[in-house]
Amino acid sequence: MSTKVDESEQQELAQPFGSCPLPIFDHPQIVLGHGSGGKLSAELIEKVFVSRFRNPTLEKMDDQAVLDVGGVRLAFTTDSFVVTPIFFPGGDIGALAVNGTVNDLAVGGAKPLYLAAAFILEEGLPAADLARVVDSMAIAAQNAGVQLVTGDTKVVNRGKGDKVFITTTGIGHMNRATELSADRARPGDKILLSGFIGDHGITILSQREGLEFEGAPESDCAALHGLVAAILDEAEAAGDLRSVRVMRDPTRGGVATVLNEIAQRSRAGMILRESEIPVRETVRGACELLGLDPLYVANEGKLVAVVAPQIADRVLSAMQQHTLGTDGRIIGEVVEQPSGMVLMRTFVGGTRVVDVLFGEQLPRIC
Amino acid sequence: MCLAIPGRVVETFLQNGMRMARVQFGGVTRDACLDYVPETTVGEYVLVHVGFAISRVDEKEAHRTYQALAELDQLTELEAPIVDEPSGGAA
Amino acid sequence: MKYLDEYRDGDIAAKLVERIRRVQTKPWVIMEVCGGQTHSIVKNGIDHLLPKGVELVHGPGCPVCVTPLEMIDKAHAIARRPDVVFCSFGDMLRVPGSNGDLFSIKSQGGDVRVVYSPIDCLKIAKANPDRQIVFFAIGFETTAPANAMLAWQARATGMTNVSLLVSHVLVPPAIEAILSSPQNRVQGFLGPGHVCAVVGYREYEPLAGRFHVPIVVTGFEPLDILEGVLMVIEQLEQGRAEVENQYSRVLDRGGNRPAQDLIGKVFEVSDRKWRGVGNIPGSGFQLRDEFREFDAEHRFSVETIDTMEPPVCIAGQILQGIKKPHDCPAFGTECTPQHPLGATMVSAEGACAAYYAYGRHLTDADLVTIGANGK
Repeated sequence: MSTKVDESEQQELAQPFGSCPLPIFDHPQIVLGHGSGGKLSAELIEKVFVSRFRNPTLEKMDDQAVLDVGGVRLAFTTDSFVVTPIFFPGGDIGALAVNGTVNDLAVGGAKPLYLAAAFILEEGLPAADLARVVDSMAIAAQNAGVQLVTGDTKVVNRGKGDKVFITTTGIGHMNRATELSADRARPGDKILLSGFIGDHGITILSQREGLEFEGAPESDCAALHGLVAAILDEAEAAGDLRSVRVMRDPTRGGVATVLNEIAQRSRAGMILRESEIPVRETVRGACELLGLDPLYVANEGKLVAVVAPQIADRVLSAMQQHTLGTDGRIIGEVVEQPSGMVLMRTFVGGTRVVDVLFGEQLPRIC
Repeated sequence: MCLAIPGRVVETFLQNGMRMARVQFGGVTRDACLDYVPETTVGEYVLVHVGFAISRVDEKEAHRTYQALAELDQLTELEAPIVDEPSGGAA
Repeated sequence: MKYLDEYRDGDIAAKLVERIRRVQTKPWVIMEVCGGQTHSIVKNGIDHLLPKGVELVHGPGCPVCVTPLEMIDKAHAIARRPDVVFCSFGDMLRVPGSNGDLFSIKSQGGDVRVVYSPIDCLKIAKANPDRQIVFFAIGFETTAPANAMLAWQARATGMTNVSLLVSHVLVPPAIEAILSSPQNRVQGFLGPGHVCAVVGYREYEPLAGRFHVPIVVTGFEPLDILEGVLMVIEQLEQGRAEVENQYSRVLDRGGNRPAQDLIGKVFEVSDRKWRGVGNIPGSGFQLRDEFREFDAEHRFSVETIDTMEPPVCIAGQILQGIKKPHDCPAFGTECTPQHPLGATMVSAEGACAAYYAYGRHLTDADLVTIGANGK
């Protein structure tokens, strides 16, 4: 693909690229893209936070921190929930807040035990709405077998919040000899997905002004501790807990973001098969309409597991026998090259790269 | 450019003086303006771009052309066997 | 999904590729004009399916990335105004101007909203009678009917707090500019399917005749693209140079008359500057005099900002299909979606961005090997 470079072209190529007025990475203010889970978010976390709090646990950058306290292994995690609208088909901000933190603990191999919840309430929030949110949290906590043991409440002026923000922090007990970490995927491992992707994100999007449409599915908001247990039980029965390498719940940024993180941390590649990835027709319709890719849409009740090939089929069966995993599939496998990248074999037999998101995925007309 | 997808018209109505339709895309439904394809009836498929139906799908033509595609290999079998690929790319 | 899923059939795709292989005896360079077609090709890995002798080059069919910097800066200046609700398609939000993008303006307090359809602006205008609703009306001919309807309805319903910032571009003049360039390598075109659904394809016949290039109006799904390529190659092999219609289930030669009528009532042809290419005469739309009061450029005295054009990257040559993203030494290194240096990386639809997202920072050989091993 070489063409002789003539003189004028050489002049162009010699221009100093550094004098470009266009960089948009170094925002002087925080922009929405910083919260989307993609490259902007990662940059923010690394440059602003990790750089100031350096310690080996933090630098692992897993969804939870595993701590040794007097010989007992504990998992510790925190998450904030700012979703709008606060009530949506299939759930609400309260259920998300409980399940989201329970899931972060569970996919790290911990038995979720205790939660703390901090609320920032906007002046003017109807008390009935708050009651509804907290009722929902109570039910979710009971279902997940966790206790809410401490909390905090603040109220901010009208306009300075968005009805309610919830931060939950969770503690779990690492009660099994798992070795789950994003850097453990190896060539030959299989990639399992527990079910239909994109339900939550599309449900939320369908409620957004300007993009409303009908027929969106419900959010898949759910606690995954039971599904995780089923997977680990099967691995244990097969003789080796460590053959489950890593599990993640693909929330904001979707399956693509989580798989890229694992590929990069493990310094391995991944090849997925588009035909194996389950997407509901309604989610497909919405994504086609808005020009979105389901691989990047948020989920709140799904998990991705990378497991050793010898137990993959057994683990898949165990997954499918659980109510939250009935539509589980093996969607691909880990390979050696290209290191750190996720590829996908498309419906028509071509190959594409499933890259990391930059900022928010936006509806497009092109 | 031009993300436009086909959807099925499930209802037509007037709104603010514009002819509108509820259009179904694989299970999700959204309204689209029908002023540019005013003769469209319920059950037909339209191509929708940014909330406007810009053309109708000619279902007979779709069927005919798709059949031709599906039957492609029957013609191929009658032809000569493959020759070697030409060497050297265009660039 | 009917009329979508069946056009992604892997078996038929393989048959089409096989047919192309049989028909092709010489190397050919084909350009697909539409950004959406580029997206489909790269996303489905179609260019790797084609035999080596078929080279697809990507054209300037991305209204987002060819919007001139001056227009972006004007949009940003208007969006910064406290009395304005600035509405835009999602595509434009990340396009950087001389100083930030719409996202950063939003973070500084600007009221910037993504809309799916231009007529959503009417609802917003009604709900905000004391604000100025400005819509960034970009696009090719495909989007003109929608943008025209906004202007038409705004005038018809007396919605005086609505205006449009128009940056419409037209395809045929761009193709003519490409074909007229002495460096042109393109021998055949996949014509823009949805543009032609609106305006028909009569305008392409003189181009095919004058420059002796086949133009096949093509759809967007993988089977459409492959069939379009097959039809172009058949013409090239036979020495023909006609306009043909692969996308006949959706369009005919005349296009959509009612849409053309309204476009004609609202817009008139004007000269337009294309980012990375320069001024192309008669290549855009502007609002007619009767609609001048709805023209945001008139309503807001946006001072001519001194836009600093970035140093010339090779986007211009990529937009004309003369070079590929790989040919640029900055591609994937200094120039990435995070730090775009030129038009074609700025928008997610631009050739460089599409290539980057779908992984062309690997060489083609890498991807083919990996694809083969991936079963």
